[in-house]
Amino acid sequence: MAALGTSSAQENAAARARRRVLTRRRLERRLMLVAGSMGLVFLVLAGRLVDVMVFNGQRPGDTAVHGLPQDRGRADILDREGQILATDLASSSLYADARKISDPDGTARELASVFELDETRLAEDLASRRAFVWIKRHLTPQERFEVYRLALPGLYFRDDHQRFYPAGRLAAHVLGFTDVDGNGIAGLERTLDETLRQAGRDGEPVQLSIDLRVQHSLTEELAAAMERFDAIGASGIILSARTGEILAMASLPDFDVNQPGRAPADARFNRVTMGVYEQGSTFKAFTIAAALDAGTVTLDSRLDASHPLRVGRFTISDYRGKNRVLSLPEVFIYSSNIGVAQIARELGGERLSAYFDRLGLTRPLGVELPEVGEPILPARWSDIATMTAGYGHGIAVSPLHVARAAAAVVNGGHTVHPTLLRREAGALEADSVISTRTSEIMRALLRLNVEEGSGKKADTPAFPVGGKTGTAEKATAGGYDHQALMSSFLGVFPAYDPEYVILVALDEPKGTKETHGFATAGWTAAPVVGSIVNRIGPILAFAPSEPGETEGRHNLMLSSYTQ
Amino acid sequence: MYAVTPRKDPMTRWWWSLDRPILGAVVVLACIGALLSLAASPSVARTHDLPEFHFVVRQIAFLVPALAIMCLLTWLDIVRVQLLAFGLLAVSLVALVLCLVAGPEINGAQRWLMLGPISVQPSEFAKPAFVVVAAFLIARGLERPAFPGLLSAFAVYAVLLGLLVMQPDFGQAVLVTAAWATLFFLAGTPLSWSAGLLGVAAGGAFCAYRFVPHVASRVDRFLDPSSGDTYQIDQSLAAFARGGITGQGPGGGDVKLGLPDAHTDFIFAVAGEEFGLIACLFVAGLFALVVLRGLDRALAARDLFVKLAVSGLAVLFGFQAIINMGVNLALLPAKGMTLPFISYGGSSLLALAVTMGFLLALTRRRPGPALDDGGPV
Repeated sequence: MAALGTSSAQENAAARARRRVLTRRRLERRLMLVAGSMGLVFLVLAGRLVDVMVFNGQRPGDTAVHGLPQDRGRADILDREGQILATDLASSSLYADARKISDPDGTARELASVFELDETRLAEDLASRRAFVWIKRHLTPQERFEVYRLALPGLYFRDDHQRFYPAGRLAAHVLGFTDVDGNGIAGLERTLDETLRQAGRDGEPVQLSIDLRVQHSLTEELAAAMERFDAIGASGIILSARTGEILAMASLPDFDVNQPGRAPADARFNRVTMGVYEQGSTFKAFTIAAALDAGTVTLDSRLDASHPLRVGRFTISDYRGKNRVLSLPEVFIYSSNIGVAQIARELGGERLSAYFDRLGLTRPLGVELPEVGEPILPARWSDIATMTAGYGHGIAVSPLHVARAAAAVVNGGHTVHPTLLRREAGALEADSVISTRTSEIMRALLRLNVEEGSGKKADTPAFPVGGKTGTAEKATAGGYDHQALMSSFLGVFPAYDPEYVILVALDEPKGTKETHGFATAGWTAAPVVGSIVNRIGPILAFAPSEPGETEGRHNLMLSSYTQ
Repeated sequence: MYAVTPRKDPMTRWWWSLDRPILGAVVVLACIGALLSLAASPSVARTHDLPEFHFVVRQIAFLVPALAIMCLLTWLDIVRVQLLAFGLLAVSLVALVLCLVAGPEINGAQRWLMLGPISVQPSEFAKPAFVVVAAFLIARGLERPAFPGLLSAFAVYAVLLGLLVMQPDFGQAVLVTAAWATLFFLAGTPLSWSAGLLGVAAGGAFCAYRFVPHVASRVDRFLDPSSGDTYQIDQSLAAFARGGITGQGPGGGDVKLGLPDAHTDFIFAVAGEEFGLIACLFVAGLFALVVLRGLDRALAARDLFVKLAVSGLAVLFGFQAIINMGVNLALLPAKGMTLPFISYGGSSLLALAVTMGFLLALTRRRPGPALDDGGPV
């Protein structure tokens, strides 16, 4: 019995041990299953995190974020040195899902405490049960913060972008602006709309030919002159005579591009490209260049300016004329209408218009702006039309047209294609308009005009400038207004081997005590070019001349032609 | 063999016997919690007209004693853990009854007990105590077939569940049920029983959905967001989306301002907005580390009770983290639940310290006989 009992107890003990091991093993198998499940759940969580945070995943049953496409923004616009002219700021716009708003009036009232809005209208919108209601576009971070603190249901933010122009008014007409949805609607923003959008906010920026420092100098000098002479407007352009790159372009009055809606239409008007004006005497440079190139005049030509010129029922006379026979350089530096009219008649309408055409004066600008004006040309190049066009009357072009033609006249005779985009330095394929020799004579004439002629006030002791004045009476209905002048100065710099064309025009300047009451270009526009060159010379890395270094050096070849 | 040289002093022995990965993960989580309270709670404090750093100061003030309690508990041996758990469970159950009798009603639920100036949520403390007690009963039942372990554990569970549902506190009920189901499954009950329990749980959940209006509303809004106000979840998702991979940076969060429970239930979304995907994955990774490491320790343990208790505690801890993160990410219906060691909340923090203290105490390496594998069977 006892033996049996012992054996049974042993068997029991063995069975218990066996069972304990089985229990333990089953427990461990199941434990691994539990651990596996927990691990799987954590993986699901990690996947969901990636989904929500990287791919903006939605809940089951949610529609796409209220059907709004993602706003990728626009690429930056930089100046030629890499300064930011236009950039996208991350912004957010507030909208509502009216179906989720239980208290439209209360919501509208609370929102009205954060920013100005039409409370009644918003309350109506919020009561409309519409799934999508814009409340305010482009909130400031402070407003966004305040709206979040209200913690109201049914309100959502859409992350988008707001265009910002750090330079404000500078180069406003060049840059243009966008609408509230970020579509370019003016200026380069419009022309380059597709490129900027495709690149997106973080894409390759677009680099302009504009130099912000030069742009600033130009704008400031223009504004100062506009105030000094009480002009109603001013425009200026600085163009590379070799590459056609526009370093600066300003039209005054201007506007803050960050708030284009507040600007009057007059301020948004781009006088440099959109405005076409009779340019007056600056055209004499083109007429004389054409005649010299065609060989119808030479430096030795003499032109009788002793009497006004009668052509049919018109009389062409000189402003403060010398009333004698003039040499060609004298015709230029005294800006003789009589002399140039004879030169133009000699050349003939056909050839003059052909030269104007090749200089680009009669063709569209081809610059990257939507706001460009078409030249207004004589209907027929009759004798009288040719003669007046020779000194810039009866033909109207934009200031940029003049700068483009001037670039070809002084750069050795090659056409340039004006651009607002930065060009890589390198050989430029260009057609020749006038010979290199003609171009050299024109440089000398322009310099002579600053040393001894109507452009004296453009000269600066440090940087040699060449140039031509132009004063046109503004056309009014049925005639000309003798009091309303468009005074411009076409400058080239440095005079000996011009790299830049600088054109400045003042709209209706008034004479002052300093100018002895004169509002003509030599008194008003010419000194502006001098001041500009003084400022941009060092910026563009030109060394100032020693005193006396440039005196008459260039014009030895012309000195014998003047009295 | 676990060679512990007796020459070492108790402090050194304690340190080297601890499961340092789990301890480390918990301490890092607590530090992240303190950091995040700086991001999440000032706006909430302002809304309640409290000093800006009210919750930050209190969070840190709770954190230090909580971690201290956790470390103290790790000194307990197995028997003392069991004794303490029984005591804590008994006190908690009494307190839960008191809640129903004398507790103030806050937001339609009686979960709190006012002890002078401090308020305590007994259900938080009942959870870890219940898990240890149930593990003890089930392990005893497995070792001595005469002892009705599973049945008595179920009785305790039923009482606790009843008290929780009466409060009502469905979040805690879900957690307790998850831990109970894990123990039940690990006890080696036939799979058909587990399936049955699953069915009962599903039935219970359905009843809650049918007969408890706020549960129904939350589930409806989860299944069909357009059916009602989904403000918190919308804000939470917006916060995550705004955070992206690297986040908006400390203090860069805006969406958090519109999250009413930013410092408690939705702190994970605040972390998402300000610190981004990488930080969120790191936090989730720490929770996974604690849970999986805990289960791994349970696997390696020799004692049945230790295996069960450690598994239960790890699952309890893990489920709380998973449910919180799942709600934040709109994977689960809205349910108020704190993110362990990160959310603000004194009772929750202390109870979690107890949970992890128990877990660390039970996972300490102890000298003992080699595992009795019993050879081939």
